[in-house]
Amino acid sequence: MSIETPAAQAGPFAHEPVSISRTMGLVMLALLPATVFGLWQFGWPAIYLFAATIASALVFEAMSLRVAGKPVRPFLLDGSALLTGWLLAMTLPPWAPWWIGVVGSFMAIVIAKQVFGGIGQNLFNPAMVARVALLIAFPLEMTSFVVPTPLFSAEAPGLLQGLAITFGGQGFDAFSGATVLGHVRTELGQGHELSVILPGLFGPLSGALGTVAGSLGETSALLLLLGGLLLLYKRIITWHIPLAMLATVAILATLLHLYDPERYAGALYHLVSGATLLGAFFIATDLVTSPVSARGQILFGVGCGLLVYVIRTWTSYPEGVAFAVMLMNACTPLIDHYVKPRIYGRDRKGSPIEYADDAGVSR
Amino acid sequence: MKLFKIRGGVHPDDRKQLAAGQAIEVLPMPALLHIPLQQHIGAPASPAVRRGQLVAKGDLLANGQGMISAPVHAPTSGRIMGVGSYPAHHASGLSVPTITLKPDGEDRWADHIQGVDDPFALDADAIAARVAAAGIVGLGGATFPAAVKLNLRKKYRLHTLVINGAECEPYLTCDDRLMRERSADVIDGIRIMAHALGVERIVIGIENNKPEAQAAMAVAASEHANIRIARLPTRYPMGSEKHLVQTLTGRETPARGLTADIGVVVHNPATAFAVHEALRYGYPLVARVVTVTGHAISRPRNLKVLLGTKVQDILDYCGGFKVEPERLISGGPMMGQPLPSTRVPMVKGSNGVLALTADETNVRDTMPCIRCGSCVQACPCGLVPLEMAAHIRAGDLEGAVSRGLMDCIGCGSCAYVCPGHIPLVQFFNYAKGDMAARGRAKQKQAETKRLAEQRTARMEAIKAAKREAMAKRKREMAAKKKAEAEQAAAPSAHAATPIAETLTAETPAETEA
Repeated sequence: MSIETPAAQAGPFAHEPVSISRTMGLVMLALLPATVFGLWQFGWPAIYLFAATIASALVFEAMSLRVAGKPVRPFLLDGSALLTGWLLAMTLPPWAPWWIGVVGSFMAIVIAKQVFGGIGQNLFNPAMVARVALLIAFPLEMTSFVVPTPLFSAEAPGLLQGLAITFGGQGFDAFSGATVLGHVRTELGQGHELSVILPGLFGPLSGALGTVAGSLGETSALLLLLGGLLLLYKRIITWHIPLAMLATVAILATLLHLYDPERYAGALYHLVSGATLLGAFFIATDLVTSPVSARGQILFGVGCGLLVYVIRTWTSYPEGVAFAVMLMNACTPLIDHYVKPRIYGRDRKGSPIEYADDAGVSR
Repeated sequence: MKLFKIRGGVHPDDRKQLAAGQAIEVLPMPALLHIPLQQHIGAPASPAVRRGQLVAKGDLLANGQGMISAPVHAPTSGRIMGVGSYPAHHASGLSVPTITLKPDGEDRWADHIQGVDDPFALDADAIAARVAAAGIVGLGGATFPAAVKLNLRKKYRLHTLVINGAECEPYLTCDDRLMRERSADVIDGIRIMAHALGVERIVIGIENNKPEAQAAMAVAASEHANIRIARLPTRYPMGSEKHLVQTLTGRETPARGLTADIGVVVHNPATAFAVHEALRYGYPLVARVVTVTGHAISRPRNLKVLLGTKVQDILDYCGGFKVEPERLISGGPMMGQPLPSTRVPMVKGSNGVLALTADETNVRDTMPCIRCGSCVQACPCGLVPLEMAAHIRAGDLEGAVSRGLMDCIGCGSCAYVCPGHIPLVQFFNYAKGDMAARGRAKQKQAETKRLAEQRTARMEAIKAAKREAMAKRKREMAAKKKAEAEQAAAPSAHAATPIAETLTAETPAETEA
C-alpha cells in the first residue's frame, strides 16, 4: 500500500470539472459568433489587426512572466492573455494600423495586468485600460471607422490590399464612415433634432444585426446577446451585472426620451449601439474586476449603466462603456468591503439571530 | 410537507450507484481487532480490562470519562492481547490508546446482556442512561455522545426530532441501505428517542436520490401519525444539521448556537438503529454499517463490520483494488479524511472507506484566485471564502475571523467549485487550528499571570502580616516598658525624665530594624 503519506490534506477529494482555462475558453466560445461576423464584415484588414493584437498579447504575457520569474507555460495556457487580446481587438476600429493593436496589448498585458501582479490581481479590466489609453493617445486612429465591406464582396480590400492597410499605413478615406453614436453626437452638437438625424442613419434592424460602421466586434447586438446567453447558461456569469446595467441604461433612456424625444434617443437605440451589449455581457462581467456578491454585482451593474448613459449623453465622448466600466472597477474593492452576503445564523449587522418567540429556550 | 430554501450548496456527481444496490453483508470475523479508546468527541475512555483477560461480546472494555465521553465494549468474545497504543483512524496516523482483542470465534454475548420489554415504559433519564451505557455516539460521523443530546430536554424547550437521512455526501449508501433493509427497527429507535426527548413531532429527511429508502421508511412509519417523511432536494450539504433544520422549519439556527435553540434535535438513522438495539436487546454499540466504494475498489459493498476491524480486512473482503487508488478516504469525499494506512481500525464514526482514482479526485495544480465568486455562490453559510483565504494567506487570521471564519462549517462546497483548484478548506482548517492554539496559549498565559499575581498577593499578605505582628509586638513592648517605667517612677514622684522614656521606647525599634 503506497498511501502512507503523513501530509494530511483537507478535502474535498472530489472536484467539479472546472478550471480557469475552461472558464476562459467558454468566454471565447461565447465571443466567437460576434467575432466571426466582425471579421467577415470588415474583411482582411480586420483579420490582420485581430491576429496582430492577440499574438502581441501572448508575446507580452510570456515576456512579463519570464521577467517576473513565474512559470510561463501554465499561465500562458490559462487563456487569460488570449482572452484579453481578443476583447481588446473587439473594441478597436477594424481597419486601425497594426501598431494600435500592439501598443494596446502592451498597455493591457504589461501595464494593466502584470504590473499589478498578474492574473487575478488587476484592479482594472486590462482591455478597457488599453482602449482608454489608446483613445486618449491616438484619437485619430481610434475614431477612424469604416463602412462594412464584407469579405469577397466587390469593393472589399483583397488579401494584399488588406496587408497594405493594416501594415503599410495606406489610407482608406473612400471607405470611412462614422459610428451611429459618433454621428448622432456631432449632429446633436450642431443643434439638429433627432427626428431629422436618425431616419436613414439608424434602424433597429441594422443595429441589431450589426451591418453598420463600428468597432471590430461590437456591431452585432444579436450575436453578442447570443454569446451572453451562453455564458449565463454555462454559469460563467450570473444575470446580476448584465441585467442591472442594461436595465439602468434602458430606464434612463426611456425616461429622458419621454421628456424630450428630439434630444434624447430611446432605449433600443442605446441598447444596440456601440459597446453596450459587449460591455454588459463580456466587459463589466470580467470576473477579476467586478464584485463577488450578488448584491454588489447589482450595484456595480447599475453604476455601469448610469455612467454609460451619462457619458454618452452629456460629455464630449460619444461612447462611454470603457470609461464607465473602469470607473466602476475602481469602486469594486469598496463595494466588496461594504456589500457582503448575510452570514448564516446572523443578522445583517453580524449579531446572532434572536427569535421573538424564543422557541426552544426554556426559562 | 412544505420545504424551505437554503442558500448556496453544490450538486456533486453522487456516484451512489456504485454501492447503492448492494445489500448489507456481515464481514467475516477478522483475526484481530484493535479497539481505540477514543471513538467519540470528548474525553477518551479509560481501560477496564487487563492483558490476558477473557471477555464475552458486549463486555465493557473501557469506561467513559467525564460529562462528554462514551464507554467502549468488546465487539466479540475472545482474549485481550494487550492494552497499548496503535495507529489511529485519523489522517495523522498517530498512535492512540487501543485495546487489542483476539476473537475466539464463538462470538458469544455476555450473560448480562438484556433488553427491556417496553422501552416506552421507561422514563427519559433511564433511556438516556441506557444509551450512554451502550456507548452510542452520533453515527453520521460527528460521534457526539448520543445520550448527551437526549438530555438536551433539560435545558431547552424541544418540539421536534429530526432524523437526518439526507446522506448528502457522494458515494455513501450505508444509511440508505439501513433505512431500506431495517426500516421498522430504525423507526422503533426513532420513536424511543422521541419518547426520551419528550417531543411529539418527528420528521425524517431523506434526499430524493434515495427513493427506495423514502418508500421503505414511509411504509414503516405509516402507522404513526406523528412521523412525517420529508423528501429533500438532492443538494450538498443538505445533511448539515443546521441547514437540514432550516429546510424543514424555515429557521436558521442562531450563530454559535445549537439547533436545540430553535427547539429541534437532530439524530442520524444509524444512531436510531443503535438505540433500538440497545433498548430492545441490550446490545451495546459494537458494530456499524460502512460503505466500501470508489472506482478503485473491485467489488463495492455495504458491510456490517465490528469496531476495531482493520481497513485492510475490509478491502480484502471487497476484492482489493482494481487499480492503485489516488486517495484512500475515510468518510465521504467532501468532508472525509485521508487514511494514513490500511492498518488502522474501523471506529464508531467511520461511515465510508473510499478508494478513489485520479479521475474521481480530479486534482490539479492550484492557480491564482480570479475572483470569479463561485465560492461565494456555493457557500451555504453566506461567507466570502476568497476573502477569508486572502487574509489567511497574508497571515491575518484575525481578519479572517472577523469575516466569519468561525461560522464556516467546513463543508468544502467552495473548494469543490473553485476553478483555480485552491484548497480553501485547507486554509480554513489551518486558521481554525492556529486560532484554537492561540486561544489555548492565551488562556495558559492568563492562567500563569493569574497564578503569579496570586502568589505575589500571597507573599505581600505574609509580609504585611509579619509587619503587622512586629508593629503589634513593638507597641506592646512599648506599652509594657512605659507601664514599668511608670510603676518605677510612681513612688519617686517626678523622678523619671521624658528623655529616659523616649530612649526606652526607641531602643527595641532600632534593634529590630
